[in-house]
Amino acid sequence: MDEYAVSAEGLEKRYGDKRALDGFDLAVRQGTVHGLLGPNGAGKTTAVRALATLLRFDGGRARVAGADVRRDPRQVRRRIGLTGQYAAVDEVLTGRQNLEMFGRLFHLGGRRAALRATELLARFDLVEAGDNGVGTYSGGMRRRLDLAASMILAPDVLFLDEPTTGLDPRSRGEVWDAVRRLVAGGTTVLLTTQYLEEADRLASRITVIDQGRAIADDTPDGLKNRVGGDRIEVVAREAADLPAIAKTVARVADTDPTTDEPERRVHAPVTDRVAALTEVARTLQDERIPVEDIGLRRPSLDDVFLRLTGHGTQTEEAA
Amino acid sequence: MSTADLVDLSLDDRHGRAYWAVADCWNVVRRGLTHYRRQPVLIAWQLGFPIISVLLYGYVFGGAMKSPDGGSVRDFLMPGMFAMTMAFGFMNTAMAVVTDATKGVIDRFRSMPMAPSAVVTGRGVNDLIVACAELTILAATAFAMGWRADTGPLKALAAFALLLLLRFCLIWVGILLGLLVPTPEAAGGLYAVAFPLTMISSVFVPPSTMPDWLGTIAAWNPISSTAAAARELFGNPVASDGSWIQEHSLLMAVVWPVVVTAVFAPLAVRRFQRLSR
Ligand SMILES: Nc1ncnc2c1ncn2[C@@H]1O[C@H](COP(=O)(O)OP(=O)(O)OP(=O)(O)O)[C@@H](O)[C@H]1O
Ligand SMILES: [Mg+2]
Repeated sequence: MDEYAVSAEGLEKRYGDKRALDGFDLAVRQGTVHGLLGPNGAGKTTAVRALATLLRFDGGRARVAGADVRRDPRQVRRRIGLTGQYAAVDEVLTGRQNLEMFGRLFHLGGRRAALRATELLARFDLVEAGDNGVGTYSGGMRRRLDLAASMILAPDVLFLDEPTTGLDPRSRGEVWDAVRRLVAGGTTVLLTTQYLEEADRLASRITVIDQGRAIADDTPDGLKNRVGGDRIEVVAREAADLPAIAKTVARVADTDPTTDEPERRVHAPVTDRVAALTEVARTLQDERIPVEDIGLRRPSLDDVFLRLTGHGTQTEEAA
Repeated sequence: MSTADLVDLSLDDRHGRAYWAVADCWNVVRRGLTHYRRQPVLIAWQLGFPIISVLLYGYVFGGAMKSPDGGSVRDFLMPGMFAMTMAFGFMNTAMAVVTDATKGVIDRFRSMPMAPSAVVTGRGVNDLIVACAELTILAATAFAMGWRADTGPLKALAAFALLLLLRFCLIWVGILLGLLVPTPEAAGGLYAVAFPLTMISSVFVPPSTMPDWLGTIAAWNPISSTAAAARELFGNPVASDGSWIQEHSLLMAVVWPVVVTAVFAPLAVRRFQRLSR
């Protein structure tokens, strides 16, 4: 087995003049959740569809679960599961009937397909709803059924394209739990998302994609450190104290502190976060400078995004 | 893989590709038929319009109308209803395909190790089986209302075969449209096109009763050929005006579907393969 469950080198996909993938590289380690993060139109779906054999790519190489995507798509299809942006399940059939149908189409045969359906309904917490029509399911239940369907052959690699888009927070949590359990069982997951929080929570590594190209590949913490690591932040009670506070902060900070007058806030990047916080808090107390708030702020992936792409996550591409 | 998988998931290597092409097709068909088992009203919906038409014409207007060649309007009308139901069937095909496409079900099928052809063949076989059920119900309704085919079982079977042939060729049109339209809602808009295309035919009235130009279009409508051929084979009034197209309806009831299939089947298959573009 390769060290990487998914690897892509220089993937290209053109639609006319538009380069949906423009030399896209990716390496996903076995048994991990890998986040693929990017704004609208960045090429996330295109990348997933290309890797899942649904889309022929124009250039580059890709291997998934030990098989070459271009040369051996059938082999790839035996080892992957795919969950797209919409729950790809039959609305009229019951949950169980869905799983049995997909099981038979995965060539398990009727008997094994039925046993597997029972097993997966239990694993995805759908036993009670199993014999109801999917039309009556909530968004979260539908998604779990969708995940169950993509897990029928216990695939080595699972592709999840925005699995929680449009779900309420509770359903989102349910899906996250399901994904964590799958990974605990040994599955490798490639997850695309626009929710930075989601990537942060689930993924051990993140590739940032923009305009069809991977522009960063790191751990969530590594990415955050690139934007400057932790910052110390002090909010003054009196605007008059701001210069004194800035002086105090400057003693522990890596660079000159930034003063934000209207918000009565002083902040600066720090390396040793705990020492810096203790030091600043003690000094301010000793000098009897009253403060509203004092704390450490870790950069969010939003900050990362803004820094790397020059635009935020919600930026709509002007088509 | 994971320890929780108790079911043996090993591969079934005993069969070749041809076996799986057939088995996968059948499994797709089973799924479609399960829809009707879970929602029997589906078929009532699909047959609602022809059955209501049959009842309206048969009881409300039928008594007052005579068909041009002296036969009963009811006997003229019934084969027309059969043909119309087959013709409208392409909408069911298109609707099923576009629903699967937008829901991602087709993508899921394509990402699985099943035979890709089964997505198309399964749809086709499913729709033909449903068409057989529809014809059976329609014919039974017509029979209950006094419609008779008095030319013997062979000719009657030939008539039903031609009706199914019409349905068959339109499956390809339905698959193509289903893959072309963006959403099920957009597919619903196709009714606005399908309706006149079906009505400008000999389904309800003989083309000879229409304005010349419209009558000509109606007479050359493939649905008219199938309807006229079925009338002839059932021994029902045909109301031909003696023009070439109306005198050769049996021939054209075969030629039209073959032409439509020859044009649309490759287009539909190509479109399906192009999903990976
Ligand atoms: N079939 C197509 N024809 C033409 N252009 C396409 C096609 N599919 C995708 N594109 C273009 O390729 C680019 C990448 O699209 P893709 O769907 O992969 O983005 P994405 O990152 O998944 O975006 P989103 O967050 O909106 O889902 C976009 O600019 C899109 O307009
Ligand atoms: Mg997308």
